[in-house]
Amino acid sequence: MAVVLVLVLIVVGSVLFHFLSPWWWTPIASNWDYIDHTIIISFWITGIVFAAVVLFMAYCVFRFRHREGNRAAYEPENKRLEWWLMVVTAAGVTALLVPGLFVWSRFVTVPSDATEIEVVAQQWQWSFRLPGKDGKLGTSDTRDVTADNPLGVAPKDPNGQDDVLVEAADLHLPVGKPVKVLLRSIDVLHDFYIPEFRAKMDMIPGSVTYFWFTPIRTGTFQVLCAELCGQGHPLMHGVVMVDTEQDYLAWLGQQQTFAQLSAPQQSGSANSLPGEAIASNLGVAANSKLSRSAQ
Amino acid sequence: MVDVTPADAVPPAEVGEMELYHPHSWWTKYVFSQDAKVIAVQYSATATAIGLVALVLSWLMRLQLGFPGTFDFITPEAYYQFITMHGMIMVIYLLTALFLGGFGNYLIPLMVGARDMVFPYVNMLSYWIYLLAVLVLVSSFFAPGGPTGAGWTLYPPQAIMTGTPGGQDWGIILMLSSLILFIIGFTMGGLNYVVTVLQGRTRGMTLMRLPLTVWGIFTATVMALLAFPALFVACVMMLLDRVLGTSFFMPAIVEMGEQLQHNGGSPILFQHLFWFFGHPEVYIVALPAFGIVSDLISTHARKNIFGYRMMVWAIIAIGALSFVVWAHHMYVSGMHPYFGFFFATTTLIIAIPTAIKVYNWVLTLWRGDIHLTVPMLFALAFIVTFVNGGLTGLFLGNVVVDVPLSDTMFVVAHFHMVMGVAPILVIFGAIYHWYPKVTGRMLNEALGKFHFWVTFLGAYLIFFPMHYLGLMGIPRRYAELTDMTIMTESARHLNSFISIMAFVVGFAQLVFLFNLIWSIRHGREAGGNPWRATTLEWQTPQTPPAHGNFGKELPIVYRWAYDYSVPGAKEDFIPQNVPGDFAPSREPA
Ligand code: HEM
Ligand SMILES: [Cu+2]
Ligand SMILES: [Cu+2]
Repeated sequence: MAVVLVLVLIVVGSVLFHFLSPWWWTPIASNWDYIDHTIIISFWITGIVFAAVVLFMAYCVFRFRHREGNRAAYEPENKRLEWWLMVVTAAGVTALLVPGLFVWSRFVTVPSDATEIEVVAQQWQWSFRLPGKDGKLGTSDTRDVTADNPLGVAPKDPNGQDDVLVEAADLHLPVGKPVKVLLRSIDVLHDFYIPEFRAKMDMIPGSVTYFWFTPIRTGTFQVLCAELCGQGHPLMHGVVMVDTEQDYLAWLGQQQTFAQLSAPQQSGSANSLPGEAIASNLGVAANSKLSRSAQ
Repeated sequence: MVDVTPADAVPPAEVGEMELYHPHSWWTKYVFSQDAKVIAVQYSATATAIGLVALVLSWLMRLQLGFPGTFDFITPEAYYQFITMHGMIMVIYLLTALFLGGFGNYLIPLMVGARDMVFPYVNMLSYWIYLLAVLVLVSSFFAPGGPTGAGWTLYPPQAIMTGTPGGQDWGIILMLSSLILFIIGFTMGGLNYVVTVLQGRTRGMTLMRLPLTVWGIFTATVMALLAFPALFVACVMMLLDRVLGTSFFMPAIVEMGEQLQHNGGSPILFQHLFWFFGHPEVYIVALPAFGIVSDLISTHARKNIFGYRMMVWAIIAIGALSFVVWAHHMYVSGMHPYFGFFFATTTLIIAIPTAIKVYNWVLTLWRGDIHLTVPMLFALAFIVTFVNGGLTGLFLGNVVVDVPLSDTMFVVAHFHMVMGVAPILVIFGAIYHWYPKVTGRMLNEALGKFHFWVTFLGAYLIFFPMHYLGLMGIPRRYAELTDMTIMTESARHLNSFISIMAFVVGFAQLVFLFNLIWSIRHGREAGGNPWRATTLEWQTPQTPPAHGNFGKELPIVYRWAYDYSVPGAKEDFIPQNVPGDFAPSREPA
């Protein structure tokens, strides 16, 4: 009987936990509430199935547990029942999949008025690049990365000269404008993830990946790296501030372009890469033997 | 539905029996043994030993997550080494080795009515190569730089770079070498299991009379033989990248301000190779568990498994489909987004045969005569955790829902529930069930019940709340949760609670180990067939079965494996080797 009680308690407890516990998603800050809705649909369908299966089991154990003289029924198959269950399951799966794919098609279809911005990851920090007056980002290549050009913007590309570079600092975005985030890495895999925006995507050295969203409220949001990228991974935080149009323009006015940053007089101050600074913060000299604490 | 009579069911033997290799000394009998039953015990003991290492590593990780900053020796590097070794050991060196090398070796020949595996010598080699793989893996703990900390997925480029523990030291090299050895050893064993099931069955044992345990292990082995080669080539290519400086997976990279020599490789190619192996791997662990749990439920509920044919087809369908869903692990990897439509659809389709299996398990309980023995308790707990973990798989498989949840603690909770806890509960149930056959004695029941309750409830309490940490957005593989704006005080308390439960569950496993050792001598004598089961391994003349399994004459099979509570029969079970004309068996034709 303890078994029956525990099975029922598991169902009741799990449902209560779901509704009463304080652990839930963060208030959303992007247009992807569609995703939240799909999650809610999933919780309902799967929750009902879970409760039904476990309670049915509890009933069976209660009703058909061994008692003196009991004998089980002999019923190898029941075609009708098996087909019915299959059809009902297929219907449930379809009810999950159809809204899911519908929202996915939105997720992968970038609106034509989205502004392109670029996020560049490296061990273990974030940098950003915004298009300048021409509205276009210049091309880039990992092979062009040098101490003076840490993002690898193609030095000869005229489109790149007026690009605004935000190196290892906060990114600002105007509220209510769709953005297409182009993602790039110059060393290992990383993943640009902001829990409040509900979106994330890996960055792969040698490729440009992307996703899009529209920030729907102003505020300060933390960027987390969501793809294991070495020992600095859990400290690879960044900041995205969503501003009103005015604040955004004021901030933009203070940023420097690629041309300004690569002008000769300024190169002296940039002789150490930010990555090295972080690495030494973590106590990792480039060629030191790594920890042996696992022994 | 036909009545089975000995005449139509039993063809004459096609070939005469071959003489088995007879051991001449203690060494060839117990160490370099060619007897599948001894090899099974060797596999199981080695897998358990290395599994304990993984268990201890999970405690260390939980110490760090539950009580951050308290244990100085758990640096981020150490944490990443722990998760990597923990994950890899659990999935490959414990679960795969135990289900296929352990249960496969012990049960296949006995259940199909064979004297041994068809290639006993190769079978022996398989174990020794597995042992070597384990030793190479363990040696990385003592190598300069320690084991690799690349995560069990070993994604390049970071797996072979300085920012990752072991990346430019010995760690990654030893890990890749160990995996290569494991696959070589596994292939030797795997070919044996497949050929034995296809060619070694006794007279009358048609494919549709095989116990589901054999179906599960057989299908899983076929899958493993097709999936492991992808991992094998990926390991070889990464070794070349690391040792010879090739660029299979390495594009142009600037590491800490320095241009590396690599150029033009594709990191995402590795991910495709890895998951082409990695997803089937989930089912390589799950299918044997499905098969075994079907037999546990049927035996201990004294009722035929419901819908046997559907169960067999579901196993085969799952096995086949699981080769076309791998990229559901890569929805946010940066592959072309249109793949999402395809892989979400295939992934959710797999839910249908899987759900059918669940229905048939619980329908087997319906109108049964349920004996709440320890194996039955574990089987019931398996259904609860498997259904829970399977349903959260519908979240992660549904591509757009995966976007916020992937790489968070939700994923960690999901896969622990479905491929960690659920199969391990089956393993425990199976050990309580077959231990009497292996040793001749029963495991202690009181200790067994204690072990069951603490493990089942503890594991549920660890992994159920963890989903909600993922829903909050807390990423996985974070050695530190400091300075994180989404982290709350209550979430920290939850983390401490989870860690304490992890220690409680771990403690219960020590009780189980004690039971295993104590009962060899002091357990109650079991007799040949303590559970009154129908399958052939319970009908051997000696318990434990001697070399050659069945004495002078191989058994002849007259019926399917599930003739429990047949109306009109005197007993509530009819073994497979009892001729069938006195009771109307309604075995599906
Ligand atoms: C009570 C038992 C267990 C506990 C407390 C436990 C705990 C953990 C923890 C804390 C992590 C790291 C989470 C993170 O930071 O991302 C982890 C990872 C993992 N565990 Fe377990 N675990 C247990 C059993 C198992 C079992 C039975 C399996 C077998 C499938 C398993 C497979 C894995 C895998 C594959 C990973 C991922 C490693 C990676 O991210 O590279 N664990 N486990
Ligand atoms: Cu990162
Ligand atoms: Cu998968």
